[in-house]
Amino acid sequence: MQQQPDTSGYHGDREALASALQSVLPKDAVLSQAETLKAYECDGLSAYRSTPYVVVLPETIEQVQQVLQICKRLKTPVVARGAGTGLSGGALPHKRGVLLSLAKFTRIIDVDKANRCASVEPGVRNLAISEAAKPYGLYYAPDPSSQIACSIGGNVAENSGGVHCLKYGLTVHNIQQIKMLTFDGELHTIGGSGLDAAGYDLLALMTGSEGLLGIIVEVTVKLLPRPDTVQVLLASFDDIADAGNSVANVIAEGIIPAGLELMDNAAIRAAEDFIHAGYPIDAAAVLICEIDGPYDDVNEQVKRVSKVLKSSGAKEIRVASDDAERQKMWAGRKAAFPAVGRISPDYYCMDGTIPRHQLAAVLTRITELSNEYGLRVVNVFHAGDGNLHPLILYDANIENELARTEELGEKILKACVDAGGTITGEHGVGVEKLNAMCLQFNSAELQQLHAVKYAFDPDGLLNPGKAVPSLHRCAEFGAMHVHHGEIAFPEIERF
Amino acid sequence: MSSDLSTQFIEQLEHCFDNKKAVKICGHGSKKFYGRQVDSSLETLDTKNHQGIISYQPTELVITAKSGTSISDIKTALDEKNQMLAFEPPQFNNQGSIGGMVACGLSGPSRPFAGSVRDAVLGVTCINGKAEKLVYGGQVMKNVAGYDISRLMTGSMGTLGLLLDVSIKVMPKPEHEITIVLEQNTEQALKTWHKLGNQALAISASCQLNEKLYIRLSGNNAAVKHAQSIIGGTEHEKGTQFWQQLRDHELAFFNDSRPLWRLSLAPATMILNLAGDTLTDWAGAQRWIKTDEPADIIRQLSESHGGHATLFNPIDNSIEPFHPLASGVASIHKQLKQAFDPVGILNPLRMTSNY
Repeated sequence: MQQQPDTSGYHGDREALASALQSVLPKDAVLSQAETLKAYECDGLSAYRSTPYVVVLPETIEQVQQVLQICKRLKTPVVARGAGTGLSGGALPHKRGVLLSLAKFTRIIDVDKANRCASVEPGVRNLAISEAAKPYGLYYAPDPSSQIACSIGGNVAENSGGVHCLKYGLTVHNIQQIKMLTFDGELHTIGGSGLDAAGYDLLALMTGSEGLLGIIVEVTVKLLPRPDTVQVLLASFDDIADAGNSVANVIAEGIIPAGLELMDNAAIRAAEDFIHAGYPIDAAAVLICEIDGPYDDVNEQVKRVSKVLKSSGAKEIRVASDDAERQKMWAGRKAAFPAVGRISPDYYCMDGTIPRHQLAAVLTRITELSNEYGLRVVNVFHAGDGNLHPLILYDANIENELARTEELGEKILKACVDAGGTITGEHGVGVEKLNAMCLQFNSAELQQLHAVKYAFDPDGLLNPGKAVPSLHRCAEFGAMHVHHGEIAFPEIERF
Repeated sequence: MSSDLSTQFIEQLEHCFDNKKAVKICGHGSKKFYGRQVDSSLETLDTKNHQGIISYQPTELVITAKSGTSISDIKTALDEKNQMLAFEPPQFNNQGSIGGMVACGLSGPSRPFAGSVRDAVLGVTCINGKAEKLVYGGQVMKNVAGYDISRLMTGSMGTLGLLLDVSIKVMPKPEHEITIVLEQNTEQALKTWHKLGNQALAISASCQLNEKLYIRLSGNNAAVKHAQSIIGGTEHEKGTQFWQQLRDHELAFFNDSRPLWRLSLAPATMILNLAGDTLTDWAGAQRWIKTDEPADIIRQLSESHGGHATLFNPIDNSIEPFHPLASGVASIHKQLKQAFDPVGILNPLRMTSNY
């Protein structure tokens, strides 16, 4: 889908903009030829594409500052991009703007063993941080499934999660300082070396702000000691509701596992066909539970968790006998998305989060919607923190199928909001969930979010048109989704 | 008993907005001393009677309560289900509301190991300075829809919004807990923390005071025994009481008329060259210092270790209680204040002399 986030932007000649930027950047750091721009036309959400006007690849903070100053002077939108693995179109280029790639900011500046933190440039890959910390027995906890490729700057911009969030938190819980540039090119240090900072919690505000408030040029992450022992259990269930309830039962027992993942039958089959992880293909659901800590502690918890899972209706529980088996149990889950990619020409990944006790009701609703639309849905689920990833299978070559898929997706998100949850747990809003934002927030709430953006970026040129929908957009969307006979956003004039 | 004063608060703030008349927000008043002292003639917006637990689902690990609800009531409800506020909010004079807890953003001894109040905040309902009721975040652990306004509110001292209700992540209580004591001075304690910090042990609090290093171990029996076997030391008979007294500033150390400074620093920072007495908490990351040294010296020293210094018991506004911000960051703060409270009716001058 060719997207155009908004119609504003640089109105001059492409080469004039490129040449202005070239004056402050090294040779090869400005791309303006059609064939080179193509590589940047989408991020991990490839259904949305837009060709940037110009791409820049600066190497130093000073160069980024100069780029921003030029863009401010020329009233040109800037979209920051890390590794381009985002799943909500947050790095979708502006067709009349500059795409600012931070791919050359790949330096690990410092690993501070004494203070258990690492300062890195934003283009450093998530996994590379843990690799750099490994000699010290430390690691960086958040592990989004794209961790081999995704960059830390993007992780901060999206507040990325992963499979270990329940115990170790999201990106926001695992960083202590960032350096960032506002659109005027001014460098700010947010947070500090301690566990808190003076003033408002701008670190939390910046985390997950999707590149709308500033350009992150350095991140200091917290490092944790590696657990001595890690163990994994795989439990299979005949009823997915029992699997969902078993999660609550584990927590009621006072146990917080490092990871708790749930897959439905369709996901189990797809993963098994692909990875041969030994998953029980007839099970309605499998639950993968990871426990970490000191050796004796882990053994004790594994026994308790097994007991709880059994009494919650698990028909089979396997405990990994060695590291290889543990890796194999995880491999199926970690490959679930590509596995689904093998059984369908295209798939669309949703990211709603719900209170866990609503799992059975929401899954039932998803099945109803799937039947109604005639589109298959496969469910993988960060069960520990209620984060659902329904994958809608479709074929982009069939006319209207993507549009129907998006409509189904919005209805799934609405079911999540109605269940007391949210439209996005970890993938962000980007361009993808702008309409869904209208389901979750009213006009005063959206206006307050716009005011926050204005506080950082009065020109409105950092990643414009993303993350927070305009009230007009919501009015138009609301007109299609009249709720209880009430028109949403009634204060907006309709033309 | 539960009561809801949201409508009354909205009306009161509408009136204030229309008349550009400021209010000072007060919960239980237990942290009234903290921060800048505001004009006592300002009208008070009292949240004490806006109270009650709205929902609590133990297996969802979240509790939602109206801002005036006392921390004690929250803890009583959690106790029944063997859960807790993992960040151990202070309850000075055994008081404090959950709204004040979030607005002041203070966390107790467990903070380096279990996270802060800000880490645990999942959602808020608030009224901004335009008297608009706004809901951000929610009751789920992961939520990236919109900017993280809930955490921005945490520690903002009521200057951005009046909290109506807050949703907080709760945690299971540990099965077993002991406190061990080692005879160590600050220098030795800093070395011990460095050594222990690189191992995954069941430590839930650690401080150094009067030639003693205190370490609390929390978890199942196996985890506690494992940590104890590595650390050694002798068991403190009144460990629970010790940490409560540290949390609420009831230890004899805090009974002193000198200025009390809270320094938040890189944890491995060596002993600071300041006259006075120090209690080193948060495994080195938080230093309580009673000293008559000038504020500028203390603040420069804190900054040089990547941190900041708060005057915790200000007598008047002659010394700014909160660490001054860098000019660029200060200007973002001012813009944010403008975004939430354009006419400046919410707790004016409570955080800074600028607004």
